[in-house]
Amino acid sequence: MTAAAITLPEQQPWTLPYRGKVAMACLIIAESAIFTIFVVAYLFYVGKSLTGPTPREVLETPIFFTICLLSSSLTIHFAGKFLEKGKRIAFLSLWSLTILLGGAFLFGTGQEWHRLIYERGLTISTNLFGTTYYSLVGLHAFHVTVGLIMLLIVAIFAFAGRVGTEHTRRVEVLSMYWHFVDAVWVVVFTVVYVLGR
Amino acid sequence: MSSNAITIPGGRVEGKPWVDTLHEWVATVDHKRLGMLYIVYAIVFLVLGGIEILIIRIQLMHSHNDFVSPQVFNRMFTMHGTTMIFFVAMPVLFGFVNYLVPLMIGARDMAFPRLNAFSFWLSAFGGLLLYFSFLGGSGLYGAGNAPDVGWWAYAPLTARAFSPGHSSDYWTLAVLVSGFGSIGTAINIIATILCLRCPGMKLSRMPLFVWLNLVMAGMVLIVITPLSAGQIMLLIDRYLGGHFFDAQAGGSAVLWMHFFWIFGHPEVYVLIIPCFAFMSEIIPVFSRKPIFGYPVMVAATICIGFVSLSVWAHHMFTVGMNSYANSFFAITTMAVGVPTGIKIFNWIGTMWGGRILFKTPMLFSIAFLFQFLLAGLTGIMLACVPFDWQLSLSYFVVAHFHYVIVGGILFALFGAFYYWYPKMTGRMLSERLGKWHFWLFLIGFHLTFDVMHIPGLLGMPRRIYTYEPGRGWDTLNLIVTIGAFIQAVAILVFVWNLVISYFKGAEAGNDPWDAWTLEWSASSPPLPYNFAKVPVVASRRPLWDLKHPEDPDSQYE
Amino acid sequence: MQLVTNRILRISLSSVAFLFCCMAAAAAADPSSISQTNIFAPQSTPAKSILHLSILVLTITGIIFVVVSTLLVYSMSKFRAKSASANSEPAQVYGSTQIELAWTIIPILIVVVLFVATARGIHEIQDAPIPASAVQVTVIGHQFWWEYRYPQLGVVTANELHIPVSDPAHPRPTFLQLLSADTDHSFWVPVLAGKTDLIPNHPNRMWMDPQHTGIFIGQCAQYCGTQHAKMLLSVSVDSPEDFAEWVREQQRPAIADERVAAGKRVFETTACINCHAISGTVANGRFGPDLTHLMSRTTIAAGAALNTPENLRLWIENPDAIKPSSLMPAMHLSKSDRDALVGYLETLR
Repeated sequence: MTAAAITLPEQQPWTLPYRGKVAMACLIIAESAIFTIFVVAYLFYVGKSLTGPTPREVLETPIFFTICLLSSSLTIHFAGKFLEKGKRIAFLSLWSLTILLGGAFLFGTGQEWHRLIYERGLTISTNLFGTTYYSLVGLHAFHVTVGLIMLLIVAIFAFAGRVGTEHTRRVEVLSMYWHFVDAVWVVVFTVVYVLGR
Repeated sequence: MSSNAITIPGGRVEGKPWVDTLHEWVATVDHKRLGMLYIVYAIVFLVLGGIEILIIRIQLMHSHNDFVSPQVFNRMFTMHGTTMIFFVAMPVLFGFVNYLVPLMIGARDMAFPRLNAFSFWLSAFGGLLLYFSFLGGSGLYGAGNAPDVGWWAYAPLTARAFSPGHSSDYWTLAVLVSGFGSIGTAINIIATILCLRCPGMKLSRMPLFVWLNLVMAGMVLIVITPLSAGQIMLLIDRYLGGHFFDAQAGGSAVLWMHFFWIFGHPEVYVLIIPCFAFMSEIIPVFSRKPIFGYPVMVAATICIGFVSLSVWAHHMFTVGMNSYANSFFAITTMAVGVPTGIKIFNWIGTMWGGRILFKTPMLFSIAFLFQFLLAGLTGIMLACVPFDWQLSLSYFVVAHFHYVIVGGILFALFGAFYYWYPKMTGRMLSERLGKWHFWLFLIGFHLTFDVMHIPGLLGMPRRIYTYEPGRGWDTLNLIVTIGAFIQAVAILVFVWNLVISYFKGAEAGNDPWDAWTLEWSASSPPLPYNFAKVPVVASRRPLWDLKHPEDPDSQYE
Repeated sequence: MQLVTNRILRISLSSVAFLFCCMAAAAAADPSSISQTNIFAPQSTPAKSILHLSILVLTITGIIFVVVSTLLVYSMSKFRAKSASANSEPAQVYGSTQIELAWTIIPILIVVVLFVATARGIHEIQDAPIPASAVQVTVIGHQFWWEYRYPQLGVVTANELHIPVSDPAHPRPTFLQLLSADTDHSFWVPVLAGKTDLIPNHPNRMWMDPQHTGIFIGQCAQYCGTQHAKMLLSVSVDSPEDFAEWVREQQRPAIADERVAAGKRVFETTACINCHAISGTVANGRFGPDLTHLMSRTTIAAGAALNTPENLRLWIENPDAIKPSSLMPAMHLSKSDRDALVGYLETLR
């Protein structure tokens, strides 16, 4: 039997959302839930450590690296816009700048952890603060790393000349993820370096 | 056309080596095949979980029995719960959703076929990992055998101090991995429903099945990740020296409970909502009327979705929260019963004034209605906090949730099997065997789970490998065990029906039930691409419009 | 077939209902004769308060069940397909706003009633103030035994709780503070109160005021490990005189009997003292039960075995024979040492 052969009473074009964006939005929702739980654990345990260094004693606010990460949201946004207009070189430059800024952020995190572990003696097993701090910041850093790998893959193909205007939508989907990672950092930053002290 | 038939691995097809068939199935990205893989996978684990419960029931047949050691018993109830929730209920429901949603919305496949396959194999691997724990090494108690910490894995029982060895890690990793598979499937379901509907199928014209599973998928996104988060924290505690749940360092065992139940309670709604979806398709067709109150059903489900996110601590009423917290969770728990009750009334409203056909799918649906009603009522009893202080952690609760899961979910699933098997295989399941299956299972179910409420009322806690004589629990437990064996026989009849009907069942044709949604316009089984021409619809029941051109639904919507 | 199905359905439903009524009637007649742990046979105010609430809840849910299932059975029977109408579809009704409103508003009202009763019950039990006359006991849950300390009375004991009876005219309730030394446990003696959990680093509180003397039993209700099933509870509700006598006995240090000095020496020079305490001796271990007045208890191993010399001997030699995977190790004593030790323990009244 052939499928229902009824014509649409309304002769309007039938457009539905782009599946890539919908899927990324869903992933972002799921990831938000996981970050929420780690943030809740962090806030719940603020001030409850029985021993060891407190946030006030050892944390230094990473302003510079935060600016790096948040600017990378701007650069990736404009990179996408340039790609849409077909301006490949501008796209590639801003895309690479995004990767650099993201990489700088990760470097900053690594630097901070090195200082905390070797100079201040704060590890994940030191006390509740250590456990919740490294878990939350580490989970975020993990997501930044995954994002950077994806950005690098696109960069490689772009340098090989394989990325054009027809890929705008897909690049936008990746940008959504990157913006999410930045938004999470705003929350983590507020919770750890502002509220938690 | 030779591609009409769906082959099974090892089945004899003229001229096609079995290796090729096997490869087709293993490498498939077709939503229909993945759906069937999920379903077969779930049935295998249903049998494994069933064996575990039979072992438990034999041990509990009378007081001071020694059929199995306490260590084995504790592994059995842990594995039974974990298996049934994560490797039976989730996969079988995802299987049906995978199979049916694209067909019902007039699409050719899911939005992301490869993600679909990846999610299935991830979840499947989780189950294999969990069961590998049996082999993972015997030796010191807890040091490398199946997990024995209960399916909630409460802290601090899961800490290295109390669970040395790797048994808890098998639980954690298996569930974590399959959780990621579930999230992948949920993303796929939402993207499919929002982006691949055929022309004319506005959101208000989707079958209720599709609506309800959209809500379910949305819930999965928010709800699985808290468990994943908790499990990552548990791994950090066990292997990196973390203190999330370490009481000695100021950590909180109650925090694990919160995280687990923030997942755990909505999870049971994730499981029941697809079953509501089955009922919302089957009951109208066998009452010969459209579903009563479609918009209300949608609204009620969305309401359930949201409210169910706020009830979780009703699993923690005995934990010592203050009276305000207890009252809050009491009112939200009672509140979620209102939209749920509305749905029951709407199903009865659908039957009312109809012309009811008592075929096997409808028998299971009617039993569902009675049993889900009862389960909901015992749930209301549990929501009354002081009453819960007696009933919680006893066999009353075990009876309640099995009433929901077996009496509700499994009965609805059986209905779905009998209803959609013809579509999936082109053959009808035997009505005769179906009725045997139904009555045997009904009797066994009620014998077990009606009676099981009573030991709970008489003070029998759960998760005990034996009990003292003289507390009045002996005979009741014996009856419960007998019912369990009757249910086991019924399941065997069911599996036999599935197998024999594949070869000997009557030819189904496209539309054996004279139904109204798009999947019944495709062939049985559907072609790999589902529809030759993408359908265009003008109402909620496109096939009703085709069959009744003088009185189409589109006039009334 | 459909008619037969219907009849069978109706018959089975009514027989099930009848069965339940019989059981309910039997249960209502004398609840405590059915089981000593029957939640419907309360002996103390919290348990009584729960019973009253449960009657209200059961009545309301019972009515709901009868109404809805009657509608369901009626619709099954009245609207079943009859062969005469084989080829025509019934009227296609899509819904009704009034009906939807009705069956939304009525459940909401029911919820309000139930919630008010519940909130009241919660407050009555959970927020009860501690009167000055109350006996205070600290309960510490262990894998797999119960430690009881009476801080105001200087008593430390294990596994068998003694509390005074409470005269309604001059109430003397017992308040329990609940702690845990390891995993989660739950204190459940159904006829005395609802259960409350013992969670490490999370002190809880419960109370009971039994109005009759007697021994009331229960067990741990939160899965705590292998021997969760054998963490039994026994609460002895004593008359005021008996309770005072018991307290006096428990406050005394261990009886020092010269005839069992050899056994005492075995106790003090082996690993026993790592886990157990006997007041008045060097033994000061807190991992296992306090043994100062071991013989005042009717059972050992938290109810797993009767307190007899044979069982004591077996418990020391091979605890797995009584309670496998309990944390008591096999002591590997020579026969003479073991006999001497048991002889000593037998004197600890």
